[in-house]
Amino acid sequence: MERPALSGTIRVRFFARYAELVGRAEAAVAVSLPATVGDVVRRVREQLPGARAIPERPLAAVNLHHAKLDASVADGDEVALLPPIAGG
Amino acid sequence: MSYLTRAPIILDELLATVSSPECGGTCVFLGTVRDGPDEHGVTAIEYSAYEEMVEGELGRIVTEVGERWSGARVAVRHRLGLIPVGEASIAIVAAAPHRAHAFEACRYVIEEVKRRVAVWKKELRADGSETWVDPSGRPTVRPSDLPTHV
Repeated sequence: MERPALSGTIRVRFFARYAELVGRAEAAVAVSLPATVGDVVRRVREQLPGARAIPERPLAAVNLHHAKLDASVADGDEVALLPPIAGG
Repeated sequence: MSYLTRAPIILDELLATVSSPECGGTCVFLGTVRDGPDEHGVTAIEYSAYEEMVEGELGRIVTEVGERWSGARVAVRHRLGLIPVGEASIAIVAAAPHRAHAFEACRYVIEEVKRRVAVWKKELRADGSETWVDPSGRPTVRPSDLPTHV
């Protein structure tokens, strides 16, 4: 018997210029699991108006830690897409 | 105590945090909003942040200072919101038993902030224009250098 594909919901957060581009600070994005940060970025760029202007390979964080695009994500994770950092 | 504030930074509070009879040197770094020849009439900068992440990342940087320089004590405050030209956006105070370590620890913190801490700034100009600051082309902010924990 074939198992149904697992899916998860990722809370995606946008900041600074990226928040302006998509016109919102966060979104819930459904992905098939297993999935990576890169998969989430692709879904965001496909689904949200304005998100095409976000780079294909942005800086990202998962659950408040910097993460590479090949890092895994799980249902309920928070993925943040970070414009170039300019603190200080 | 939070590393972030929306009020002007009070340096004396940070100095009191690190003060210790065992520390013979204290180094202070203030980053201030600039309107130099390259800024073309900046009147203020609007700072924003991924605040929950900033609190964690600055906490890790402060812990790293204690691991790298024995006896060093550091306090950091980053201001958010609208900051006029000339006012401080960040203050770092590092104290250590000897001056060399105080300087090194202070430098370490500001360089790590520039590299790792999720803060953004939008320059506001007298002519009404606004620009997001993007230092990503500079060698200190290469994405491949960022620490990852996932």
